[in-house]
Amino acid sequence: MSLILLIEQVLNGLQFGIMLFLMAAGLTLIFGVMGLINLAHGSLYMIGAFCAAAVAAATGSFLLGLIGALAGAAIAGALVELVVIRRLYTKDHLDQVLATFALILIFSEGTRWIFGSFPLFLNVPEFLSGPVTLPGGIEYPLYRLTLIAVGLAVAIGLWLLISRTRLGVQIRAGENDREMIAALGIDIARLYTIVFALGAALAGLAGALVGAIQSVQVGMGEPVLILAFVVIVIGGIGSIKGALVGAILVGLTDTLGGIFLPEFLKLFLDPSTATSIGSSLASMAIYILMAAVLILRPAGLFGARA
Amino acid sequence: MIRERYLNALTLALFVAIPFWAITADEPFTITLMTRAVVFAIAAVGLNIALGLGGLVSLGHAVFFGLGGYAMGILAYHAQNYTALTEWPFLIEGTKSMPVIWLAAIVVSSLAALVIGILSLRTAGVYFIMITLAFGQMFFFFAISWAEYGGEDGLSIYVRNGFPGLNTLDPIQFYGLCLGLLCLVLLFAWRLSGSPFGLALNAARQVPVRVETAGLDPVRLKLVAFVLSGAITGLAGALFADLNRFVSPTMFSWQTSGEIMIFIILGGVGRLFGPVVGALVFVALEHWLGGLSDFWHIYLGLLLLVIVLFGRGGLIGMLCGREAVHD
Amino acid sequence: MKFVTLAAAAALAIGLSSANAEPVKVGMITTLSGGGAGLGIDARDGFMLAVKQAGNKDLEVIVEDDQRKPDVAVQLADKMIQSDKVDVLTGIIWSNLAMAVVPSVTAQGKFYLSPNAGPSALAGKGCNPNYFSVAYQNDNLHEAAGAYAKEAGFKKTFILAPNYPAGKDSLTGFKRYYRGELAGEIYTKLGQTDYAAELAQIRASGADSVFFFLPGGMGISFLKQYADSGIDLPVVGPAFSFDQGILQAVGDAALGVKNTSQWSKDIDNDANKAFVESFKAEYGRLPSLYAAQGFDTANLLLSAMAKADVTDADAFRAALEAADFPSVRGKFSFGPNHHPIQDIYVREVIKEGDVYTNKIVGTALSDHGDAYSDECSM
Repeated sequence: MSLILLIEQVLNGLQFGIMLFLMAAGLTLIFGVMGLINLAHGSLYMIGAFCAAAVAAATGSFLLGLIGALAGAAIAGALVELVVIRRLYTKDHLDQVLATFALILIFSEGTRWIFGSFPLFLNVPEFLSGPVTLPGGIEYPLYRLTLIAVGLAVAIGLWLLISRTRLGVQIRAGENDREMIAALGIDIARLYTIVFALGAALAGLAGALVGAIQSVQVGMGEPVLILAFVVIVIGGIGSIKGALVGAILVGLTDTLGGIFLPEFLKLFLDPSTATSIGSSLASMAIYILMAAVLILRPAGLFGARA
Repeated sequence: MIRERYLNALTLALFVAIPFWAITADEPFTITLMTRAVVFAIAAVGLNIALGLGGLVSLGHAVFFGLGGYAMGILAYHAQNYTALTEWPFLIEGTKSMPVIWLAAIVVSSLAALVIGILSLRTAGVYFIMITLAFGQMFFFFAISWAEYGGEDGLSIYVRNGFPGLNTLDPIQFYGLCLGLLCLVLLFAWRLSGSPFGLALNAARQVPVRVETAGLDPVRLKLVAFVLSGAITGLAGALFADLNRFVSPTMFSWQTSGEIMIFIILGGVGRLFGPVVGALVFVALEHWLGGLSDFWHIYLGLLLLVIVLFGRGGLIGMLCGREAVHD
Repeated sequence: MKFVTLAAAAALAIGLSSANAEPVKVGMITTLSGGGAGLGIDARDGFMLAVKQAGNKDLEVIVEDDQRKPDVAVQLADKMIQSDKVDVLTGIIWSNLAMAVVPSVTAQGKFYLSPNAGPSALAGKGCNPNYFSVAYQNDNLHEAAGAYAKEAGFKKTFILAPNYPAGKDSLTGFKRYYRGELAGEIYTKLGQTDYAAELAQIRASGADSVFFFLPGGMGISFLKQYADSGIDLPVVGPAFSFDQGILQAVGDAALGVKNTSQWSKDIDNDANKAFVESFKAEYGRLPSLYAAQGFDTANLLLSAMAKADVTDADAFRAALEAADFPSVRGKFSFGPNHHPIQDIYVREVIKEGDVYTNKIVGTALSDHGDAYSDECSM
């Protein structure tokens, strides 16, 4: 295996991880501030992708599509928070699981009802398509590089938001002591709606960005949802930093595991058995990683001890 | 408000009356549907021991459901093909006998629950939910790529396994068998919750410190509950496989774990009959709504939402109020 | 001998007076909700179009949604047999669901006509006189792709498929007819949507061509990412990733790609022309492969109903075996294991106006049966 291939694969893992981070950041924020397990986060990702596809098809502009995705997911998030989610904060995790599971059913079939049963078209815009040559002669798709850049920009933006702004202070206060911020005269209901809409917008952005190189279809959110949960649990629930580290760990493990496990097993086994067993192990790799992290650090890498 | 005891009796009466009606009305499929509800109820009663009594929110009970299913699938598959399961270190042959399969299902899922429990109980709260989910996903992906036993295609067993003295191919006899097991499992869960172990477990869930000062190890109590819980769900898995005469990795999926949990929440957490009522209502909804439109998931979602938002303590809570059950 | 003729004449007489024949009840179990619903809806619409065109009052169809869950499909089959008392079942799209349902249906003496799935286990040792695969045996389209790769002179093909039984059958099928060497062979995760890692391996492998089997959303993702990766090698695959339903979602990325299929909307015969026109008129969209298979399945059933009474299983089976109906594929007959013998074409993805579709560019395999019929004893 050449060095170039290795670097390319590391970039791939990084890009996958950064996309997971966009999903996981919203999820971990919502959990940290409101203490809510939101299974419907994957639906918001799907809504983002569908909005982007619909707007891009109508206007012909990918950028307008992205704005549509952000707006659509944020609006959907705010609406859901106002109608359903805010009734769940006082309930236990079990009720939250059931209610947000019900939301998945409604969102998925509702989307299919509106957009039909076939996948939608959403493509990489002309100015971002095709590969570029990196130093060292590595050919890498420009769009994927852009994804890494956008993801990192969002990470920095989030960090600034939380550490430097008034909203950030309220969010941090909300994570630490919920009664206290209400006592300080902050409109807690409004804060919750804003945080939820923010998380939803991040998920919608991820859905739209990923939708351009994947399939925009009903049910696209659930596999990503599970991965995002893996990420925030590895990172420590409520920690944005943890979500970033966890996401990159999961991205790299999944990508590199898929390549190296079969190669590694070929040293001992015949090629086709090795590929087959290697791929099975690779599918399980991130879950093994997660279980291992939790066994060693029961509250994740950066989680406050519960 | 109805007394919970009467509601429980009514539920059991329904489980007996509906199949009798089905026979006279020549609606044999209703019996199959009821069997599905009974098997799901057993799985959920199992989970409820961990969840309701021990406070262990496991989103990985599909592991035990699936292991029970595959115990049946693998044993019956070898019996069906007249091949030995393994010849080393000693010969193990397949079997078509339900009691043997049940035993295998219980043993395998208890062992799995023991290992998963020891590892998972290092965590608590949401982390526990997620680590059990992780174990579920591991088994799911393993089963998908396990080509010897069908991988994603699963295993078909052509004829339902046998039980001494019964013709299990007759839907009503198989139903009776499952219902009998459900009653046994309910009896066990009821006795367990009133036993010294159950009381200690209940205390461990609410005030772990007090249990520790009493000289008991709360983690060990929870581990025992988790193993018992896994064993019962495993038994349900074997029955489910026999009901469908088929096993596949979907039994291991996180959606299966979620569904088993939903039965409990729907019926009422910690209530003896919560899982039973929940499974019955869910199966009925799935059946009726499925005939209404292609988009029936929307209605199912809305209904579940209404129950969570406006019903306190699931269906039993709505009907009987917040009555303390068994303590 | 005389007696046999007499019996045949009597049977013919019964067949002719079809007004008095027993009505046939068909149970269709297919995927109508969730992510894979598009395929089931197409198969159902194709089937129902043929039923409507025939206007046969003796045919009653019950349709139910399996949600793509094997256990639900098994329950529905039980319900249809026990409560609805159907004579024939059909509709299942996915191989794993077919494996769960078909053995128990045929064991209860009912007929099953498969409009899509054709797993190898049901074509070889597990074949059954009451089971007919109207679409193909699962390996067929991959075999055709292998034959095309050989024909096109590919020397070093990189092959990939998901890590599940149909994926393994796919690569086996391809290798059965391909003669060059392999630049690489990988199994991807089922449901995987990011193929960056695989694309990097393809780029590094020195391959001269790529074969892939990634049904549904997986194929859409793969093709988009392939087009964006700058790798410029010829690609071939089975029709599943190039079907009318999903081609629009792939867009330009699919243009020019060769794929193998036993049906295409430009096969030149009257039945096909009429089918494409009437499907467009009825549903306002172009038919897909699944719609064509549903349409053929219904017409096969109708042809058998015209010849024999469903209560006479042997006669009905013989009528099905004859496959005496105008298939939209043109030539069509059943092999000894009740799987099709048919031509498999090579198609190329083109753009007609604003719509992406396929055009036949050659025939990969003629009168092609399957590799498992020898193992079938019936």
